[in-house]
Amino acid sequence: MSVLALILRPKLLTLRTRLRQERGGGGGGKILIVAGVGLVFWAAVFGVLYRVLRYFRGVEDIGPLLAAKLLGLVLLSFLSILLLSNVITALSSFFLAKDLELLQSAPVDWLNVYLARLGETMVHSSWMVALMAVPIFSAYGVIYQGGLVFGLLSVVALAPLLLIPAVIGSAVTLTLVNVFPARRTRDLLSVVAVAAAGSVVLMFRIIRPEQLARPEGFNNLLDFITVLRTPTSPFLPSEWATDALMGVLVGPFDPLPLVLLWSTAAAVVVMGAWLHQRLYPSGFTRSQEAAERFAKGWIWHLVLDPLLRRLPAAKREFVIKDIKLFFRDTTQWSQLILLGVLLVIYLFNIRALPLFTGERVPFFLVTVVSFLNLGLAGFVLASIAARFVFPAISLEGRQMWLLRSSPLDLRTLLWSKYWTGTIPLLILALVITVFTNVLLRASGFMMAVGVGTIVLLTLAISALALGFGALYPQFETENAAQIPTSFGGLVFMMTTVALLAGVIMIEAVPVYGYLRATFNGQPVRVTPVMVLAFGAVVAVCGAATVIPLRVGLRKVESFEF
Amino acid sequence: MIRLEGLTKTYGSFVAVDQIDLHVPKGALFGFLGPNGAGKTTTLRMIAGILRPTAGRIWLGGDDVVAAPLAAKARLGFIPDRPFVYEKLTGAEFLRFVAGLYSQDGERVERRIAELLELFELSVWKDELVESYSHGMRQKLIISSSLIHRPECIVVDEPMVGLDPKSARLLKEIFRHFVDRGGTVLMSTHTLEIVEAMCDRIAIIQQGKIVARGTMDDLRKQTASGDLSLEDLFLRLTGGTAAQELARVLGG
Repeated sequence: MSVLALILRPKLLTLRTRLRQERGGGGGGKILIVAGVGLVFWAAVFGVLYRVLRYFRGVEDIGPLLAAKLLGLVLLSFLSILLLSNVITALSSFFLAKDLELLQSAPVDWLNVYLARLGETMVHSSWMVALMAVPIFSAYGVIYQGGLVFGLLSVVALAPLLLIPAVIGSAVTLTLVNVFPARRTRDLLSVVAVAAAGSVVLMFRIIRPEQLARPEGFNNLLDFITVLRTPTSPFLPSEWATDALMGVLVGPFDPLPLVLLWSTAAAVVVMGAWLHQRLYPSGFTRSQEAAERFAKGWIWHLVLDPLLRRLPAAKREFVIKDIKLFFRDTTQWSQLILLGVLLVIYLFNIRALPLFTGERVPFFLVTVVSFLNLGLAGFVLASIAARFVFPAISLEGRQMWLLRSSPLDLRTLLWSKYWTGTIPLLILALVITVFTNVLLRASGFMMAVGVGTIVLLTLAISALALGFGALYPQFETENAAQIPTSFGGLVFMMTTVALLAGVIMIEAVPVYGYLRATFNGQPVRVTPVMVLAFGAVVAVCGAATVIPLRVGLRKVESFEF
Repeated sequence: MIRLEGLTKTYGSFVAVDQIDLHVPKGALFGFLGPNGAGKTTTLRMIAGILRPTAGRIWLGGDDVVAAPLAAKARLGFIPDRPFVYEKLTGAEFLRFVAGLYSQDGERVERRIAELLELFELSVWKDELVESYSHGMRQKLIISSSLIHRPECIVVDEPMVGLDPKSARLLKEIFRHFVDRGGTVLMSTHTLEIVEAMCDRIAIIQQGKIVARGTMDDLRKQTASGDLSLEDLFLRLTGGTAAQELARVLGG
């Protein structure tokens, strides 16, 4: 067995064992659910792109240009995502992984270590993009009847497109680690990555791409075609891949882009290896240094002590500890940036609705939008709860020995986790709902329904997040940001969507009654149906709050370490 | 006082701890020995309330760990073998948090924290994040945390790992003073010299069962071993031929 294969073998064996354990431990249902969700996602991406491409194909002359431009943009976004993701992953695989000390102390050739870690970095960073590429390439293949040749060529074009950012990302990380300690670099990169992702999303939304679809946006067709014909940049690998793939689909096929892709990939691997040989030893030494040392805990006590003074010592210390850990862990607090972006986009979208075009806003439309907004706000809250509340139990994993051996009532643990997560979530929920309803100029009735429902939903969503977090803990994960993407996170999101759908359906009855009465110019009366429906919502949300917390408590009590 | 009655722990068909009866009286320093995988850590974690016994009872003072866990745990200080602590807390913050778990706060706790940090020479590091602590410093921090609430009993798993000689000596003195003042210590370790020098009584566990117990003299009588050292006794009781095998492997 070659040394490279030997280095990679433990990872492959671990993967095989995990798959076997999944199958042996009744994980069939789990695989089925994940596969089902994945297929629905694939089908949705394929469906949307199929329709778009079918439309493009129908447009004479500029149709293929539009399709090529779209593919170029998709591959360019892949390239940017991959570059960012590889920079972050390389930090773990090259500098922070637990098996590195063993590898460093073993008589293993540096080139084999580099190639093994590069492969690992590439697989970890790229699998999602590779999966995402399947429905996209399929849609192109089906619409332009690319056949098997296109399928094969897609693989040949995608492989170097994954490899190039892996090498560049690893080289960037290597350079950064030689400047900052690895843990400091991780903090830095977490913030930069999240801020970059947030800014891209924000910019994309603020330029309002939907306006580009309006024909009055173009001055001159010829200008437009010229823009379409011009490549984004002739030096970008994504552009070469686009040229190769579109060449097969709409002709004429030119092998040069493929040669460029593969020769560049080979060249960057050689340069990456050279850089690794030069910089890795000093970088690895630096990576052993700790990040920050001193912490200003007194600020938190100054702020929190007066607020929490009345709580018993155990609850108070737990809340203070959780808040401190959150704000000291860059992988956690940096996600607040995304949260801010999400909030701005949310309110921006409401503001950008074509309801406010000058004419008087129709009452019916406003009521319906305000009502359906509850579902959307609930979904946003669920995504945030998945990020911040769902990982709460998992993050206690390694310290569970302390909590279980102390006289801490586990209800206190759950209580602290629940309220530490719920209060900020509740504030956010109220801000979203009240602001949206104010922007929509919704009626008092809809404001009351909105505020009441969102409070109940937030209490339930937070409890569901904590409950499912306890049912599907990820004790071994060191990065809190990875916990929500686990199977448990998926089940939590699915359950929450079901809850949201249920509540919307129940409340549709009294809201419809209100609409009808107002439309007919009748006074709005509190009817038994209305009372029953709102009672049912309280009962459903109450059950969705109490049951997950109880189940979670029982699960936490049964943890063994 | 620590008392175990018919304590059993099974994982599927594997019996990790098999019907253990043990009594550690008040004021005793008790050594709990056994080869790797014998069931020591499982037993200690059951006593600390981290693992749930499959059968049997555990008493800490007058309280049953399963029936009245909070009262029982309030009497206990547990020191695990692996020092996992919150990396993003400082040493002083960690101790304050642990005191909170035992419902203790205020000036008294602050004085106790300062006292323990001083004792273990961690005062200079008290405002630094635990992530920058060495293994030995983390171990000292955990030992401090087990003493913060002035427990009646201490259950400790491999206390000397990672400690420098000065800290190891300090810990031995602390345990000695602790039992002299009526405390109870149940200690699992592989450092047999320490057990021989410090412990009043010893129990040896193998394959989940206690194969010998009592004072050093009792153990010698049980095994008719004359004046063998604890190390020789241990190897005889646990069938250890490791030394010879090691010599063979190393080519000696």
